[in-house]
Amino acid sequence: MAQAGSTPVSYDYDVVRKFSVMTVVWGIFGMAMGVLIATQLVWPEFLASEFTHFGRLRPLHTNAVIFAFGGCALFATSYYVVQRTCGTTLAFPGLAKFTFWGWQAVIVSAAITLPLGLTSTKEYAELEWPIDLLIAAVWISYAIVFLGTIRNRTTPHIYVANWFYAAFIIVIAVLHIVNSMAVPVSWFKSYSVYSGAVDAMVQWWYGHNAVGFFLTAGFLGMMYYFVPKQAGRPVYSYRLSIVHFWALIATYMWAGAHHLHYSALPNWAQSVGMVMSLILLAPSWGGMINGVMTLSGAWQKLRHDPILRFLVVSLSFYGMSTFEGPMMAIKTVNALSHNTDWTIGHVHSGALGWVAMVSIGAIYHVLPKVYGLTAMYSIRLINLHFWLATIGVVLYIAAMWVNGIMQGLMWRAVNADGTLTYAFIDSVSASYAGYTVRLLGGILYVIGMLVMGYNVYRTLRLAQTDSTATSVGGLTAAAGK
Amino acid sequence: MNADQLTPFWSMWVAVITLGVIFGCLALLLAIRKSEPHKEETDADTGHEFDGIRELDNPLPQWWYYKFLILTAFGLLYLALYPGLGSYQGLLGWSQEGQWQAEMDKAEQEFAPVFAALAQGSADELAQDPEAMKVGGRLFRNNCAICHGQNAKGAYGFPNLTDSDWLYGGKTENIVATLNGGRAGMMPSFAHLGDETIEQLSHYVVSLSGRAHDINQAALGQPVFQQNCAACHGGDGSGNQMLGAPNLMDNIWLYKHPNLTVRDSIKLTLQNGRQGQMPAFDRLGQDKVKLLSAYVYSLSQ
Repeated sequence: MAQAGSTPVSYDYDVVRKFSVMTVVWGIFGMAMGVLIATQLVWPEFLASEFTHFGRLRPLHTNAVIFAFGGCALFATSYYVVQRTCGTTLAFPGLAKFTFWGWQAVIVSAAITLPLGLTSTKEYAELEWPIDLLIAAVWISYAIVFLGTIRNRTTPHIYVANWFYAAFIIVIAVLHIVNSMAVPVSWFKSYSVYSGAVDAMVQWWYGHNAVGFFLTAGFLGMMYYFVPKQAGRPVYSYRLSIVHFWALIATYMWAGAHHLHYSALPNWAQSVGMVMSLILLAPSWGGMINGVMTLSGAWQKLRHDPILRFLVVSLSFYGMSTFEGPMMAIKTVNALSHNTDWTIGHVHSGALGWVAMVSIGAIYHVLPKVYGLTAMYSIRLINLHFWLATIGVVLYIAAMWVNGIMQGLMWRAVNADGTLTYAFIDSVSASYAGYTVRLLGGILYVIGMLVMGYNVYRTLRLAQTDSTATSVGGLTAAAGK
Repeated sequence: MNADQLTPFWSMWVAVITLGVIFGCLALLLAIRKSEPHKEETDADTGHEFDGIRELDNPLPQWWYYKFLILTAFGLLYLALYPGLGSYQGLLGWSQEGQWQAEMDKAEQEFAPVFAALAQGSADELAQDPEAMKVGGRLFRNNCAICHGQNAKGAYGFPNLTDSDWLYGGKTENIVATLNGGRAGMMPSFAHLGDETIEQLSHYVVSLSGRAHDINQAALGQPVFQQNCAACHGGDGSGNQMLGAPNLMDNIWLYKHPNLTVRDSIKLTLQNGRQGQMPAFDRLGQDKVKLLSAYVYSLSQ
């Protein structure tokens, strides 16, 4: 508000552009990797060499979609949002540039080392110690740039989106550094400093907060800017923002223990993990309500604006998976769902439905703005992308629900004599139909991403032809609304 | 000291921060609700504006507020009933170890008579009893198939149980002994003999089962075999079931590597040695061991 009428701030969009484009590139790469391993679950021999079998590529898929695709989306949007809502340009632009190149180096190193089998074996933290050190350096730089920009703000308050981005950045630094503590024995091998049940607890404290902060808090930050902006509506309730922000970050911290129900973890830690996961349902839905209610009075826009549709559907999936998560954290339910495909379905309703859809919507909003255009090359292609993605997710998660519940029931079925009715392999054979449907859903989702890639390419071409007419100064002016 | 026991300090610490977070969230919820200037939706905003975005000062949605309260109440009730607050064990006295024991006891009570009734008679007799063999097959799929395969035909390093070749003997009493005690098959490495000698030895070993080999190399390998291998595998290579030393004359290969020829697999074995581990299954109880032995015996009949 401070800058309204006064001299327009010249925003630093260079790093935003780079991260936005790489979001799309890594999105295609990471999801294609997912389709490849989904294919291997249907046809196990498909491309199964020493370097490309399921065991090596699965961590590459998860790292690529979470940290490469999701990470670039968070960098791009946080740098964009923090400048605009703080009414100031990025602090330490050189350091911001370093975060871009450093992060790309991390991703490329991951893409090389994981197929080679170099891994610390910690889920979502597989990368070996030299890469971990680079991540730490990039992340601390990110915190300095982001928090420095907030410090330089010309607005009297800090916007709610920036609370979430800041919480995500700070917590991920802590999680990454604590969980990755290891003793190196060579350049490519290290051993965790933790062992036994403590190791498992630290890992899932990290693992679930990677979900809670990287994949939730960060993307809620994104939601809090792009939903009101795209809908042209004020945020529904500032009070709701306050309660759900603090309750969300306070309770998420404890939830990781629900990954270790009925394990060597002490009873008390399991119970606390379950209780906090259940309470978490309330603050999680606080974010969904605030997003959805922001649209009230603007529902008619959904008919014409596929970007807004991406954002709204992402919120629906967010609400659904944050309901499902606490239910699965209940011990009795977990006893059925644990280790089944239900978990995979749950993760993907969050990852494809919430994280990817809100990112896609945000990138479609940001990209033309930072290239000095009024809109993407084709709105119809965005609409096509929306339907491909939506149908893809629904097929994916429905297949995994069916598979997961079936596996859980098969594993616990007993004969009249007390022996198990099914051997493990019986449940694998029974899962093929679901794996095939899941593959189909995944393919649709990737086709959607390719449509996005084409749309982005044409938009960049448009920007190139326009660049003679639009100077850098004009760019900021064009980005006014 | 079991894992659930905490020192008084840590017990207190866990209880205080757990309740601190729950009551902290509750206090924030109540405080924000109490300070609401109006209870209905309006267009009044907070006066903040960021890049054109305003924030309304709407109240917390009523149903969401009650949902938060109910979840919190459930959480506190759960922590009163179950172990969670440090060393406090909960009013129900529940633990996962206790639940496991109760389920196992119940299963034992329910199913032990079933197995006792089925396992009447000797293992050899049971092998003729279709009802017992149906149950034996289920026990096999639950406990043995993970290594020996659903069809019991084995895999690389895991013996085929359907043929007549037995490492430790194929009578029911041998199989019972294998199940009760487990087996540890150990073949030492002969890398110290050198690559050339290993090559000669490999030709001699495949010649024992009549496979294609180089006669000259095999002739050179024969005395080496007598010096180094005969003690376990016998002078003629027919093996020794007392030691679990495989018969080398029957052209059945436990360690035939899926991507290597038989002779190259033998070289691999000579270079590196082998460690075969079959775990003991006496924990199943003697009724089930007998049924399983009878079933495995029946597979090779």
